[in-house]
Amino acid sequence: MTGTDQQAQVKNTVSLLDVSGVKTGYDDLQILWDLSINVQRGERVIVLGANGAGKTTLLKTLVGLLPVWEGAIHLNGEPVQTLRIDKRISRGISYLSEVGVVAGLTIEENLRIGGYHLASGAARSQMAVMYDSFPDLKVRRRETASSLSGGQRKMLAVAKALMSRPRLVIMDEPSAGLSPLFVTEVISMVNRFHDDGISFLIAEQNVKFLEIADRVYVLDAGRMIFTGTVEELHRNDALERAYFGVYG
Amino acid sequence: MRRNKLSNAIILVVLAVLFILAPLLYPNQSVPFQMMAFMTLAQGVNLLYGFTGYLPFGYVGFFGSGAYGVSILVLLLHWSVIPAVIGGGLFAVVVALLLSPLLRLSGAYFSIGSLAASEIVYYVVSNPNMQNITQGPYGVNLAGIYDPNTSYYAMLVILLIFTAVVMYVKNSTFGMSLLAIKEDPVSAAMAGINVVRRRVAIWLASAFAAGLVGAVYGWYVSVFYPSSVFDLTISIFAIVFTLFGGGGTVLGPIVGTIVLYGLYNTIGVSSPQYFQLIYGLLIVVLVMFLPQGLTSLLKRRGINVP
Repeated sequence: MTGTDQQAQVKNTVSLLDVSGVKTGYDDLQILWDLSINVQRGERVIVLGANGAGKTTLLKTLVGLLPVWEGAIHLNGEPVQTLRIDKRISRGISYLSEVGVVAGLTIEENLRIGGYHLASGAARSQMAVMYDSFPDLKVRRRETASSLSGGQRKMLAVAKALMSRPRLVIMDEPSAGLSPLFVTEVISMVNRFHDDGISFLIAEQNVKFLEIADRVYVLDAGRMIFTGTVEELHRNDALERAYFGVYG
Repeated sequence: MRRNKLSNAIILVVLAVLFILAPLLYPNQSVPFQMMAFMTLAQGVNLLYGFTGYLPFGYVGFFGSGAYGVSILVLLLHWSVIPAVIGGGLFAVVVALLLSPLLRLSGAYFSIGSLAASEIVYYVVSNPNMQNITQGPYGVNLAGIYDPNTSYYAMLVILLIFTAVVMYVKNSTFGMSLLAIKEDPVSAAMAGINVVRRRVAIWLASAFAAGLVGAVYGWYVSVFYPSSVFDLTISIFAIVFTLFGGGGTVLGPIVGTIVLYGLYNTIGVSSPQYFQLIYGLLIVVLVMFLPQGLTSLLKRRGINVP
């Protein structure tokens, strides 16, 4: 086996995202306590938790909006916890926040911003892929994002997040403010791009996302109280504890 | 895109022809010269305000730094004029680099901070203890390099360059990233845009514009004082001209300067009391009904404004 083969094999055995013992918070207020999660290549991992559980704080820490107090974040085996946001994004992470789009820019400009790191030819071809996947956006590409409905904005946000050809898409509550119809559409979108090899880490309150989860984490008050498959979750009381504070 | 390039080329050609012919048609060369100076300053403000939302009340600090930069390079270091003018612009860039922590502020705090910073630069330059370097409060005499004709065309070149820079920024991915940062810095950062680096880059470009204008102004007038090149009115004019025409466009600062500076020269000198009245009314009407500037009238009708 050549050195290159060995390197490739090692790369395939390490997690795409590996978070270990992360502590962080805002100023002196600690929100996350020794949090560890990982995402393998091609996985769809859902982080469930009620409001205030620390889901958004976790995602912000992963992308670099919040500093890591303690612990480590590895992307593809490489430590990234001290890297700037743009460096992390250029290494294949894409983040879809609850807002997700730049309201004052047109749909096309939002997509161009999403593919900011791509060379112009690659950006053009990726935009064509996005327009194929989201035909409504193509029709209205010259309109500002502010003119879109909540559901359409979410679609644009998903398309923008996918423009950079990421390896891992991190989504913060993609169902927030959406009708059940649009939630179903977002889920089918995740499935479609998952089939293309993209991994997803999705923080959600909406348990409908369990339909597509390969693995689930349940977060409660900044601590991980469950890790496992959906079947294992159904046999566990972690959801009741996280959502209703019920301790059996 | 092709239409954009054509309209941009037309704007540059019209500006060049207008200001080449102006001294032939208008007896007082200093009027078109100052109009070019304010147009370039307005484009400099436009780079910063139109694309990032930072409103620099202390913009005159860079203008004054450029004027004093050229005087130091000519009088103390005996540089020839053109390198000294470029050096004057770079003086302003160095000042902007030192003041770049101001970009951590936003809104009114940034505006007031930049104003205070320009006052600091003014008091440093005009300090009598600085007489060996800046001549302190006693003014600078650059009579040895006085050349109103060459400096007039130098100002035209700078105007065309910075108008072209605004055209580039407006139509480039770089400019789009600035607009994204202006709208939502977090979202822009999440797209992998280095927010701090881009803000600093456009801040330095804007300072360079003002520094070069100040340097050429110093060359043109050849005698000036700290109070004349650090006059707050220069900032106010550049800002008002930009806002009046419409920030974030190529045409806005040009239209704003032509209308308001034209008005200033038509009645501002002969009947200053009426000028102030009309000027004030125009600005009030603009703020109330056209906050995006005159060019937004065209945008509302679906016309693409370069």
